Amino acid sequence: MLAFAIRRLLEAAIVMVAVALLAFVLFRFVGDPVNQMVGQDTSLEDRMQLRKDLGLDDPIVVQFGRFIWNAAQFDFGISYQVKQPVTTIIASRFPATLELALTAAVFAILLGIPMGVYTGIYRDSWLSRIFLSVSLIGISLPTFLIGILLIYVFAVNLGILPSFGRGEVVQLGGWTTGFLTISGLKALILPSITLGLFQMTLITRLVRSQMLEVLRTDYIKFARARGLSDKAVNFGHALKNTLIPVITIIGLQLGAVIAFAIITETVFQWPGMGLLFIQSVQNADIPVMSAYLLLVAFLFVLINFIVDLLYVWVDPRIRIHGREA
Amino acid sequence: MRGMAKGAAALAVICLIGSAADAKSLKWARSGDALTLDPHAQNESPTHNLMHLFYEPLVLREIDGTLEPALALSWQVTGDPNVWEFKLRQGVVFHNGNTFDADDVVFSLNRAQQPQSNMKAALSSVDTVSKTDAYTVHIKTKGPNPLLPAYLTNLFIMDKEWAEANNSTTVQDFKEKIDNFAVRNINGTGAYVLVSREQDVKTIAKLNPKYWGKGQFPLGVTEITYLTIKSDATRVAALLSGEVDFVQDVPVQDIARLEKTPGLKVTSGPENRSIFFGMDVKSPELKSSDIKGRNPFADKRVRQAMNMSIDREGIKRAVMRGQSVPAGMLAPPFANGYSKELDAVPKVDIAAARKLLADAGYPRGFSVTLHCPNDRYVSDEGICQATAAMMARIGIKVDLLAQSKTKHFALVEKEPPETDFYLLGWGVPTFDSHFVFAFLYHSRTGKMGTYNATRYANADLDKMIEGLSNEVDTAKRNGTIAEIWNIAQDEMIYLPVHNQVVTYAMKKEWDFPVSPANFVYMKQHAPK
Repeated sequence: MLAFAIRRLLEAAIVMVAVALLAFVLFRFVGDPVNQMVGQDTSLEDRMQLRKDLGLDDPIVVQFGRFIWNAAQFDFGISYQVKQPVTTIIASRFPATLELALTAAVFAILLGIPMGVYTGIYRDSWLSRIFLSVSLIGISLPTFLIGILLIYVFAVNLGILPSFGRGEVVQLGGWTTGFLTISGLKALILPSITLGLFQMTLITRLVRSQMLEVLRTDYIKFARARGLSDKAVNFGHALKNTLIPVITIIGLQLGAVIAFAIITETVFQWPGMGLLFIQSVQNADIPVMSAYLLLVAFLFVLINFIVDLLYVWVDPRIRIHGREA
Repeated sequence: MRGMAKGAAALAVICLIGSAADAKSLKWARSGDALTLDPHAQNESPTHNLMHLFYEPLVLREIDGTLEPALALSWQVTGDPNVWEFKLRQGVVFHNGNTFDADDVVFSLNRAQQPQSNMKAALSSVDTVSKTDAYTVHIKTKGPNPLLPAYLTNLFIMDKEWAEANNSTTVQDFKEKIDNFAVRNINGTGAYVLVSREQDVKTIAKLNPKYWGKGQFPLGVTEITYLTIKSDATRVAALLSGEVDFVQDVPVQDIARLEKTPGLKVTSGPENRSIFFGMDVKSPELKSSDIKGRNPFADKRVRQAMNMSIDREGIKRAVMRGQSVPAGMLAPPFANGYSKELDAVPKVDIAAARKLLADAGYPRGFSVTLHCPNDRYVSDEGICQATAAMMARIGIKVDLLAQSKTKHFALVEKEPPETDFYLLGWGVPTFDSHFVFAFLYHSRTGKMGTYNATRYANADLDKMIEGLSNEVDTAKRNGTIAEIWNIAQDEMIYLPVHNQVVTYAMKKEWDFPVSPANFVYMKQHAPK
């Protein structure tokens, strides 16, 4: 188990360096941050001086070395735009994104798995058909459109849910949470549906196909022949054996939910990291972009690591294989 | 006449004060937040607009363009034409109770001149700032500067003691690891005090009980919640659902709908920003053109032909949905030096344009790449697409390259510029033509001609532009300005398109007119 974990950690480190390199190469193409930092009446001389001060004129290798060196010490510098330390800004934005992503994931899992199981067992019922049609909508409509539609219906027409923001948040140490206030909870509803709908659809369809597969296997037939209750067969035996791919997908998708919350956060003005990232791209705020990309890469790596450990827990065969290796 | 106007203004003020009784809170939404609370760190319009709640300049640019006393009561040039004297307002206190005096002004104007300050360009003519007594300040300039007060309208005055006590006597430097106290805290003299602020989320301000302007201004907004809503659709939805009272940037596609919505009101007006095309008129050959060995733009007839081919009314109708003021010169109507004759919208004349092109030796036109931003001005990419189609009518084949402002401006600012043909916008914060000449018509040097990517260089014109800075005789100065405009219009190194129009939307009980600077001074407002 320990060897397994260490090997995974080493792989993770390699991934992080690769992402850092990629991110750095990308920054060559986002344009010139200096124009976004100074007023229109700034002279060319002053712009050149600023470019020099920021180290943008140094050789690429030097810049990359400095970037890696600072990143290794968790120093991402000061934002070009808002002139605050990047770590402070990201730390203040992280809770919003994480709460939104978790709520969306819980919504997707709590609805997606039962719907998948139901449609797997009762393949031809009309309710299954409705579930599958709805999930088709979820998979085919773009996120921003779903968000705008929800705002239009629930905020503008019905006026029961807020159209933007996080509502009132409560400060708990360095963390801000919207879970503890009514307005905070209300504000979570539309964005998490928007963000979680695609994942829910994915989970529904995945669980359904896995269930269809598993229900055909011999051990399910034996279980039924033995006279076990439907509940025990469907959930104790069938569902449990569909879980490996489902866990993988949920894990990967949780990373995706955090990383791609960008669109949902923009539509709902959700003050998370995605919104921050969009703004930093528009203004070529390189310190913020680099820190965000590294953080997202780290989250992906971390989630994958946890998923790997979960496999071992869910499926004993992997544990045995791991010991042999 | 003047007295009558004053009387009317006084009456209006009295009426407004009368309504201050039903003071109330306001939720104000905009697409972008102020970047920082440090008044000298950024030279950016939304940042300045928010800062006007909390901080005050010596001189305020009223929304009609006139200069009004704020922290300075009066200003004039002394016997020495290089020295301006500012008499300061007495009895003003900062939010923390400290008294405002000349030391604060000297400190603030010096702080704004630090190398890392983004406001230093506005004070580039300043030599020294000195205190003569507790409420008098002398600003000595390098040579006479008749426009100095116009440069001070966004230079906010901080409290010297407060800045010293909180280690923020310098503007934030990127080499530092921690942020300056002044980036997140405020101690100004303004009509509002900061209650709380979450960057890019909301800023809450409440009326300053100790404000010096009590009784002089309506001050009908007691609490302000300033919200950032980046997405156009969401911002409009928040107004429709009643979650906000005032939206400062309304997307053009929603104007008609908001006008029709009961309970809402829309105001609009020209912004201080001209949109135009620039061309490389000097290089021996254009990089992006199929014509080799010569530069079509170097021939004035080609530029005239292009000017005739742009249908500005068509752009207004089809691209801007009516939200633009077509223009023939590169200065907004309220700028000193503006001329109605020069601003007459050029006639579209395809036949004449074709003939001019043929005379210039390009009967079959030529090809060229047009660089355009797609996230900077209202419908910027649309303007370029329309123009490309219009140029095609006279045989000029325009390849459009529209990209993010961060990439676009880099091409324009490079020395030498990396564009043959480009779209740009230019505002005139000083309300004087000199600002246009210095940045767009003066040949490019380290300090001047920053946005002149046309490579145009005219030594005589340069001399006239430089002469403007020191000319104290207004009549003579205006004469030179008119002369420069005539040369500029004749040379036609730029093709003006229009002045942008800004639109606000609000609940019926409010009335926020659009000012050229796109500023709203909240102390001047009260609900109906």
